[in-house]
Amino acid sequence: MANYSDSPLDQAFAALSEPSRRAMLLRLARESELTVGELARDLPIKLPTVLKHLNVLSEAGLVHREKQGRTVRVRLNAEPLKAAAEWLAPYERFWTQSLDRLVEVAEAMEAAKTVRGQ
Amino acid sequence: MTSLTLVRHIRAQPSTVFDLLSTAQGLTCWWGPDDLPVLSAEADVRIGGAYRVRFRTADGLEHECAGEFLDVAPVQRIVMTWRWMSGGVPEEKDRVSRVEMHVRPEGAGTELTLIHGDLHDAESEASHRWGWGGALDKLCGRWAVAD
Repeated sequence: MANYSDSPLDQAFAALSEPSRRAMLLRLARESELTVGELARDLPIKLPTVLKHLNVLSEAGLVHREKQGRTVRVRLNAEPLKAAAEWLAPYERFWTQSLDRLVEVAEAMEAAKTVRGQ
Repeated sequence: MTSLTLVRHIRAQPSTVFDLLSTAQGLTCWWGPDDLPVLSAEADVRIGGAYRVRFRTADGLEHECAGEFLDVAPVQRIVMTWRWMSGGVPEEKDRVSRVEMHVRPEGAGTELTLIHGDLHDAESEASHRWGWGGALDKLCGRWAVAD
């Protein structure tokens, strides 16, 4: 359930935490626009579940839905994703790469010590 | 509060790892997101002591972070505050986060756990997980192209 006290960024993160919803977003990123039926077709989940996920994505502002006659067309709105990525990316990148380097340096130092017979 | 946790298993003794975490010289060996030399590092590694590291990223921009040590327990852990600096002053006064580094013997090697906590702005449980990182990058990449 969406929590309306959450910030837009929180809602985006919560929406992204579910694999089916990520799959839907990636699909929408590839195709500019899809009907709900088209979106549901390639997913291993039933239509009502797809609709529930779409509600979550819509509340998080990640998709736009537009009713055209009897079909509903869905488009990606990546603006909240951009905010989420911009906010988190520096920390993830910083620590992942720093620690990878730390591991390399520590292991090289240890190997050198061993060679010197310490 | 959101936190980021990363674990590394290192084929080196805890003391080797701790030295890299607890000396200015050690920090310069690994600090920074790109494979670029650290521009400057100062670290007064004791409880209440300050640190400051300046580094450059591959986009050519210089960054500086600074803080103070909240806990220093040799060969076990270091806890410090973290804030981004700009021209020697905090970029956002109230945006102080907290970095914990835990060093634990593991067989002949070391397990290093890094927790960057008290990260503001995104407080959802979901953001603790990192599995979606790649998907997010992809989406943003596509968005940037499409725009």
